[in-house]
Amino acid sequence: MSHAQSLMVALPLAGFLLNGLGGNVLGKRFVSFVGCGLPIIAFGVALQCLADLTAREGTPLVETAYAWTIIGGRSFEIAFYFDRLTAVMALIVTGVGSLIHIYSMGYMKDDASYARYFAYLNLFLFFMLMLVLGKSLLVLFVGWEGVGLASYLLIGFWFEDADKARAGKKAFITNRIGDAGFLLGMFVLFEAFGTLDMDVINGAFLGGPISAVSASLVGILLFIGATGKSAQIPLHVWLPDAMAGPTPVSALIHAATMVTAGVYLVARMSGIYLHAAEASAIVAAIGATTALFAATIAIVQTDIKKVLAYSTISQLGFMFVALGVGAYGVAIFHLYTHAFFKACLFLGAGSVIHALGGEQDIRKMGGLARKIPVTFATFAVATAAIAGLPPLAGFFSKDEILWFAFASSRGGSPLLYGVAAGTALLTSFYMFRLLWLTFFGASRMTPEAARHVHESPMPMTGVLVVLAVLSAIGGFLPVPHYLEPLLPLPPVPPELQHVETTLVFVSVALALAGLVGVVLVYGGTGERAARLGRNFPLLHRVLFGKYFVDEAYDRLITRPLYWISDRVFLRLGDQRILDGSLNGLAALGQRGAALLSRIQTGSLHLYALLVVVGIVASLAWSWRHG
Amino acid sequence: MLIAVAMALFALGLLGVIVRRNMLVMLMCMELMLNGVNLSLVTFAQQTASAAGAVLVLLVFVVATAEIAIAIPIVLLLVRRKHVMDLGAYADLKG
Repeated sequence: MSHAQSLMVALPLAGFLLNGLGGNVLGKRFVSFVGCGLPIIAFGVALQCLADLTAREGTPLVETAYAWTIIGGRSFEIAFYFDRLTAVMALIVTGVGSLIHIYSMGYMKDDASYARYFAYLNLFLFFMLMLVLGKSLLVLFVGWEGVGLASYLLIGFWFEDADKARAGKKAFITNRIGDAGFLLGMFVLFEAFGTLDMDVINGAFLGGPISAVSASLVGILLFIGATGKSAQIPLHVWLPDAMAGPTPVSALIHAATMVTAGVYLVARMSGIYLHAAEASAIVAAIGATTALFAATIAIVQTDIKKVLAYSTISQLGFMFVALGVGAYGVAIFHLYTHAFFKACLFLGAGSVIHALGGEQDIRKMGGLARKIPVTFATFAVATAAIAGLPPLAGFFSKDEILWFAFASSRGGSPLLYGVAAGTALLTSFYMFRLLWLTFFGASRMTPEAARHVHESPMPMTGVLVVLAVLSAIGGFLPVPHYLEPLLPLPPVPPELQHVETTLVFVSVALALAGLVGVVLVYGGTGERAARLGRNFPLLHRVLFGKYFVDEAYDRLITRPLYWISDRVFLRLGDQRILDGSLNGLAALGQRGAALLSRIQTGSLHLYALLVVVGIVASLAWSWRHG
Repeated sequence: MLIAVAMALFALGLLGVIVRRNMLVMLMCMELMLNGVNLSLVTFAQQTASAAGAVLVLLVFVVATAEIAIAIPIVLLLVRRKHVMDLGAYADLKG
């Protein structure tokens, strides 16, 4: 039995320990070497596993690292599992992860906490690999929580800034809410099957209807966990704030890998969702709503990273639409193309921010295309990819999602298609808007900033080029077909077959419409865009304020909780009831003693009388009751 | 009959302890109570024909003697200080 998977997981962990414990002593060169080298080796190991898997014609590789604990005759093992789905995920995680590590060498070059940064990044990779390689839900959950921890540490990486530390806390706490659902789902499954092994659970559901447990209940509970990690409504609020972290972190954790964990979870547990029509409908509805909702917000945001953050939420919504209509392989396909172009976009944004010395407001950019040509070219390719222009990667995956949203016999409908297509149009619009405002038109930079504009150093641009190439050609890899033995595509009614070509043209038309719209609105002096904003002040305010979801949560949840904690738990419960009863007992003792001490007058006669009264009384009592 | 006398002696003594204020009189009243007890003890010893009661009486004599030997000097010391026999004058001795 090989230990390739344990090795793959252990490599980033070793990097974390080396850099975390000795990074400050051993110097930057060593930190870069370990921090980037080990993930690259892990990528090599993942390729080796893929080769093994191909040699075995898709029979999963299973590997038990060690038995964690045995409770009541049930063994809980740290076991790894490598099938086609894992292969796709592990290659994305280690591949894109390695690229972003290399990029970080340039981006974080001058940071004082260089070693800490790479230690956290390696820690993230370790937990992410645990998540995708885990054989049972338990191991997956350990990874799930671990990536949450790494995300928290990296969002608050510059913790001296209170706002950034607060953003980290927000991400962590919001995720806890989702995790509660995930845990409950795990409890229900364990209660019903006595195991958390995902293969066994999927197999049990595929075997026919299960009486022990409601598939919809489990499906909804697990999906609550997925909404937390993958930033879907109503738990999406943490992701835009998570942009407080360093930009490569946003690219790796908050775009390419960690936030897709929810998609992976649903796809991995597809056996349950196939038998849970209600849960699947909810997944599709939430996904479509989130996609549209986030896309409308992205149109008016002015922070380059915020636009990309809302775009990520929107694209994740697309993936959940695919999951909801049973096209699990297509969702993973979009996850895979999204990892390339969104990582490229974020890293490109990082390169722009780097060039402008920390400026993130697109209103103060413009005209950068000639000054930073490599960044511009890669950013443009990735933008075209996410907008869905053929033949770039995003076109293939998004088009398949739109197709199944329309035609899948597992819940596809014209309404779902309409929402998704509208979102695709908005996606194209806000992405080209971002491209336009950043790179075209007249420069709106301060002269001071304009003088310092410079292209990023080699490791950064190199990574951008690699990712841009992958965004361009990644779509030609038939991922859904590769995953089909594991995640079959939903059947399509034959009478709908003929519209497929039409829908492809519609998708392309939508993407182009977005581009044309941007040219019309933002071309020229930009006066037209400003006028548009003035003509619809209310709409603009609502969108710019992100539908005031944060404010609503503050009013409806945070403040009542504060109120209850303060008034009920602190003032009434703690101060009045608990402290009050103790203080009351003490006061009773004091008062009683004060009262009794009056009897002690010093008069011997009174004492004698009292003794006699006592004796008589006790004698009388014992006579009565004796 | 003797029991009735013993009870009367005891009750008189007790009453004296409670109502009289003169310390010496109170001590004498206490002796009265002890004698009441002694009388009851010998009476019961007679009735039940056991020697234990009679032995106990001798024990009480000894204890009573010791008690008076302590009590009289205390009274003497108190009176030397304030020159009054009234017990009320010494109420400030309370803790």
